[in-house]
Parts: sequence; C-alpha cells; structure tokens
Amino acid sequence: MAPEPPLLSMSGITKSFPGVRALDGVDLDVQAGEVHCLLGQNGAGKSTLIKVLAGAHQPDTGTIRWRGEEVTLRSPIAAMRLGIATIYQELDLVEHLSVAENVHLGHEPTAAGFVVRGKAAKASTAALLKRLGHAEIDPARLVGELSAAQQQIVSMARALSHDVRLIVMDEPSAALDPDEVDNLFRIVGDLTAAGVAVVYISHRLEEIRRIGDRVTVLKDGRAVANGLPAKSTPTREVVALMTGRNVEYVFPGRPVSPPPGEPVLTVRGLSRQGEFEPFDLDVRPGEIVGLAGLVGSGRSEILETVYGARKPTTGQVRVGGKALKPGSVRAAVRAGLGLAPEERKAQGLLMLESVTRNVSVSSMSRFSRAGWIDRGAELGAARAATRELSLRPDNPSVPVRTLSGGNQQKAVLARWLLRGCKVLLLDEPTRGVDVGARAELYAVIRRLADEGLAVLLVSSEVPEVLGLADRVLVLREGRVVHTAPARELDEHRVLDLVMEGSPAS
Amino acid sequence: MTQPVSPPRDSSTDKVPQARPPAWRGLPARADVRTLSLLGVLAALILIGGITKPDEFLDSRNLQLVLTQASVIGVVTVGMTFVIISGGIDLSVGAIVALASVWATTVATQEYGFAGILFTAVIVGVGCGLVNGVLIAYGAMVPFIATLAMLASARGLALQITDGKTQIVTVPSVLDLGERDAYVLGVPPLVMVFAVVTVIGWLVLNRTTFGRRTVAVGGNPEAARLAGIDVRRQRLYLYLLSGLCCGIAAFLLIVLAGSGQNTNGNLYELDAIAAAIIGGTLLTGGRGTIVGSVLGVLIFTTITNIFALNNLQSDVQQIAKGAIIVAAVLVQRRTASTT
Repeated sequence: MAPEPPLLSMSGITKSFPGVRALDGVDLDVQAGEVHCLLGQNGAGKSTLIKVLAGAHQPDTGTIRWRGEEVTLRSPIAAMRLGIATIYQELDLVEHLSVAENVHLGHEPTAAGFVVRGKAAKASTAALLKRLGHAEIDPARLVGELSAAQQQIVSMARALSHDVRLIVMDEPSAALDPDEVDNLFRIVGDLTAAGVAVVYISHRLEEIRRIGDRVTVLKDGRAVANGLPAKSTPTREVVALMTGRNVEYVFPGRPVSPPPGEPVLTVRGLSRQGEFEPFDLDVRPGEIVGLAGLVGSGRSEILETVYGARKPTTGQVRVGGKALKPGSVRAAVRAGLGLAPEERKAQGLLMLESVTRNVSVSSMSRFSRAGWIDRGAELGAARAATRELSLRPDNPSVPVRTLSGGNQQKAVLARWLLRGCKVLLLDEPTRGVDVGARAELYAVIRRLADEGLAVLLVSSEVPEVLGLADRVLVLREGRVVHTAPARELDEHRVLDLVMEGSPAS
Repeated sequence: MTQPVSPPRDSSTDKVPQARPPAWRGLPARADVRTLSLLGVLAALILIGGITKPDEFLDSRNLQLVLTQASVIGVVTVGMTFVIISGGIDLSVGAIVALASVWATTVATQEYGFAGILFTAVIVGVGCGLVNGVLIAYGAMVPFIATLAMLASARGLALQITDGKTQIVTVPSVLDLGERDAYVLGVPPLVMVFAVVTVIGWLVLNRTTFGRRTVAVGGNPEAARLAGIDVRRQRLYLYLLSGLCCGIAAFLLIVLAGSGQNTNGNLYELDAIAAAIIGGTLLTGGRGTIVGSVLGVLIFTTITNIFALNNLQSDVQQIAKGAIIVAAVLVQRRTASTT
C-alpha cells in the first residue's frame, strides 16, 4: 500500500511584495491529525504563509497539494470549500452582530434560499459552543459584549461550522489566561483526535512542547527547518534556527571603560498596567543600553512610554535631572529625547515627502522666523546632517520613499541629530535593513554614542543587542529579569533568560 | 521623476550662505503636470465658450462676472484645501457662510457700518471654526460628524436670525465695493480679495512651518506626533482657518448680493470639496496644492457660465459637474501611477 499523501503539501512557495521577498521557496507538509507548529520571528514570513494557505494571498510560484491533488486557492472561499479555516490573531468578527450571526456569516442556514432561519442558526451555534466547552456563551448575545477569550471561542466555532480538515491558529493563546489556555489545548486535542490537522503559530516555546507534534521554523522567508520533532528538539537548537545568522555582523569596538559622568536619562519605577512592571534604568552620555526580549515582552512599550507616546501607570522619567511631563511627546522632545520607532514607515517617516522635510520636521523653528521657513538654511542643515551619516543618495531633495531601508533609518537618525538630541531611543533600528547596510548603521550608532549621545536600544535580535550595547536589560513578559554588562553575557545565556519558563503563575 | 537637482555644494558644513533655491524647485514634477493639465482644461473651456458665444462670453463684463462669482467659493476652497490636506473635512462651510452673512447684515450690526459688517462676518466665521476645531481636536470627534452638526446648527441659527427674510444691506460703502466705479484697472475688488487670499494661502502652505505641519499631520499623524508636532493644536488651527475663510467669503457675498440670506452658501461644501479634489488634493490627506484648488474653482465657475450663456438648465450643469469630477480623479490616478 502506497503511503498516504500528506493532507497538505506546499512546496517552493514564493511571494514578493514591492521591495520585499516575503516568502522565498517555502515548503510545508501537514499530516491529518497532527499539530504542526510554525515558528519564526516577526517578519520571518509566517503571516504571509498562512495568508497564502487561507487563499488571501496568491503565491508567485510554487505548488499547493491538498490530499495529493494540486489545487489553486484563488480566494478565501476556495480555501474554505476545501476545508481550510484560519483563525487570525486580530479577530475578524463583526462586533454588532450576534454570536450566531457571526458563526454563520456568509453561509447562513436559509429557507427558500434567502430567509435566514435564525432558530436553526442559534441551535447549531449552541451545539458548536458546547463542543468547545463554552456552553455558557449565549448565541443571541452581541459579539462586542464578549471578552477577548470568548470572542476567540466564537472565532473557533465559526471555523468549525464549516466542514474543516485543517485549522490555522495564529497566536491563539496571546489573549488568554492560563486556564483558558488549558481549554484551548483540550479543544486542539479533540480536533486532532478527530483527524483534523492544526497549524499552530506561537512564540511560546513551552506551548509548542506541550501540544506540538512537529515544528517548521521560518527565517527571512525561508523554511530553515522542516518537521522537527516538537517535543525532543532542544530549545537551543530551535532558538538558534529562529535567530541564526547567515552572516556574521561586524560590530564596532566599544570603549574600554564605561563612560564617566552623571546619567542623562533616569527612569524610576516606570510601569504600564498590563504591559510592563516597574523598572529602573540609567543611561549615561556615551553609553548604549540594550533591551533584549521577545515580541510581547514589553520592549517597544517601554521605549514608547519613556518617550511619552504612552502614559505610564507609575514612575518617572528624568532627562538631565528634570522630570518629564508624563505622556507628553512634546515634553520629551523638548528635553532632548528622540525616537526612531519600530514601524519606520508607519510611525517614523512622512512617506510622501522629501528627505529634507523628513529631517527638518522636528527642528523647524531653527530655520524659521515667525513661522516663515528659510528653505536655503533648511536644505543646508538637512544636507549637513545626512552627510554626517553618509546617507545615500547624497541629495536630500529626493522623496524619502525612494530610499533603501537603511538610508530611511539614517533619515530618521538625521532628524534627531539635527535637533541636537541628548538621548536617542532606537526601536529595532535594523529591521528591514539589508545585511550589508547593517554594519554601517551599527558604526553610525556607536559613533553617535562616542560623540556623547546616550542610546537606549531595543532589538529582537539578541546578537545585535550584545554586539552593540554596553549594558543589557533582559525582559521577559514585561519584567526585567536580568541586568548585566554586555561583555558578561552571551547569546545562549540571554536566550535562556528570554525564552525559558513561563511567567510566575 | 524628480526635478533636476543642483550639484552638491560644499558649503553645507560652514556658514557660507547658500544660493536660495528657485521658487519652483521643490515642487514635484508631477504637480506641474497636473497644474498644466488643469490649465489645459480651462483653456479648452474658454475656447468652447468663445466659439459657442463669441460676443457674450469673451466680453469683459462677462469675464469680470465669472471671476467675481469664483471669488466667494474660491476663498472658501482655499480654507477647505488646508483642512483636506490635513486629513480632515469641513462640511459646515456653506452653513457658516450663511450664518456669517445674516449675522453681519442684521439691522443692529449694520448700524456699525462697513467695519461692523466685516468684523461680524469674520468673527462669526472664526467662532464657528473654533467650535469645529475644539470638538475635533480636543473632543476627538470625527471631522465629518462635528462639521455635519455645525452645518445643521449654523443653518438653523441663520434661519432663526432672519426668520426667512432677506436682509437688505443699506450701508453705501459696502454696496459701493461691488459697483463698477470701484474696479481697479477693470479688476473688481472682490476678485482682488480672492487673489490675495490665494497668494497668502500658497505662501502659508509652501513657505511656513504651519504649512509643513499641515502636510505632516495629514500625511502621517502618528509620525508627526512622534516627531514632536502638536497634532491636536494644529487641527484646531486648521478649522479656525477654514472658519476665517468662510467669514471673508460671507463678506464678499454680502457685497455681491447686497443682502444677507439664510439660504446663502447652499452646497458650498460640495463645490469646495469638488474643486479641491479635481485640483489634485488627496482626500486622505498629505498632499494638495492651492493652485490646483483655485484652478478647480475657475473650471467649475466657467462651466456654469458657459452653460448659462447657452441657455442650458442647471440640471445639465450638475450632470456635467459630476462627470468632470469622475474624469478628473480617473485621469489623476493614471498620471499618478505612471510617474
């Protein structure tokens, strides 16, 4: 007897978006009745892959086989007809419709072809909810009135209301309490026992150990490991696959002794409810302090709270000894803080504008008198600041959108250089920057520090934090779990701290 | 495509003053293409007018009339353009013009003469803009809703003040402004006000920090906030500016009509938005030009005039306007994707 073909077999899937190759020849095999885990950092291509699987994106090349037969998933409906359901991280429910209406959205039970049989819909919804262990959810209630966990159950009921053979779950545990996670795992167990395959995406390694059968690891749009045994592969190996670099980055040398002087940035007891717990932090001029942690560890939230873009629950931020008004970006900027945000295009740059205008936007009062801009002075200052950072092309009049990722980041840095800021907050400074340009960006950051800037750096790439920072704070689930000089840490130690164990529960 | 750029200068790091870039530099080439195409449309319309009604259309009195009619809606459109570039919308402009025009022409106001009428019109406009701005910037209301509420209330208040009656202006100095004797070199004073507002609007948008902030807030509010711009205050100022333009427009309308009526400025909001859109202002914010908007106003006013001269009814005009809006947006999308 020939071996049963896998339920799903994707091979050589590539998908490019303008300027980005999101998937670069990915293979994925899923067997009926298994929990197949998909691991990878942000931007590794997980979401693109599951969107291809859900029929939301069309791959550029590659084949998808479903139970041995080649198929084309032209639309989400086509995928649904085959029995592929996707539960997205951002729940796609209609808040103003009832639970039953949401569950049956698009395939309502009808009489005479168009009259919705509300009672039948409610009854079948109630049966589904019971099967999911949540009989207490009333099918007639509005989805907007439910908790996040209950909404997730509704989303799952919707998936099950079709005749599913494969369910994709994108970080389903992210919004759940521990006992709700247990219920989720029970449901996953029931599904797989009935022969349904589950593609499970999570950052939490311990969950993958508990329920996973096999693991596929994505990195930079490629599958770097296919079908590893989920329970027996050592954590270190998985982590190394996720973060592993193909190229050794060159980091600039750091000063022999820590820079003397009073801290310019002082953080005391800063916290934000539900995001991160109180912590202290000092950064001196000339020092680079790194925050290492996974997605969801509170890294970016900390940076944005220090910057005043989020209002702290407790605590205080001082710059040069003076307390900043909490939750005020303008106060922070005036005191000498500058942020290079995580989402460069969405949060950092004015994409329709020239490099000059992006650089000058925070220092306009310097080239203007009574609101009137001296464009000659503006252009000269922007030119000087971008040259200082060797931004290419050497012409600040070009639109910023035509620049490469690394040069766009330099435009953001030039903005704060021009402003004359004292503390630079860098959130994932090399995201979307190609390997060659990274070393240059590292050199620029170190040079700015050597010139007296205090730098607070957040990165999900541990080697980057270790290579660039003088001192490192390790974060896990919103808590600072370790602080040490970078030279006393190595990648494995940090990864152990960052990934191992669950939060105190 | 970008403008040719000047060769790199080495004076960037020292204090040697640099040659000021020419005024046209810094405008993207695409804006020039758009402006030229709008000028082309206007020229074609003038040609059509000249051919169909050679004697009447090209008569200087008729051209003065067209420009005068364009002045009122034109001033409103300049303010609207700023609001739309910032990512907002102001649906209340027509109602504010109506309220300002009737408040400024009550018997009590007219006792204060020319200055009283002008002052009242401007203050009422700015006051309505202040309410809009506070609701939107600090009350976190959606601009569409806040200004829709203002539209309803201002029209209601205008009706209450007039009781539906036309308020005739009896101040001679105001009426004289609309007379031929007041024309300077054949240019009506109302048209001069329009020209001045246009020039100031262009300068403010392109040469001041206020203009930069407006574009930044419309293009990417989050980036603007994180760059240290006070986004809320900027939004407040923008609705004040729109209100101010409405107040000025209301005064022009009083001069033009010799009266104040609660039905004044009817559907100005749609005309102003349409003119800005065909002028190339992005409804999503972040991009737009004063020149484009003004050309949009002139195109619409010229069409109206040609239709009227050819005895075509207003229903045909409306249909033509709709078709032009659709055509303009389609053409712009083509040029945007090819450049």
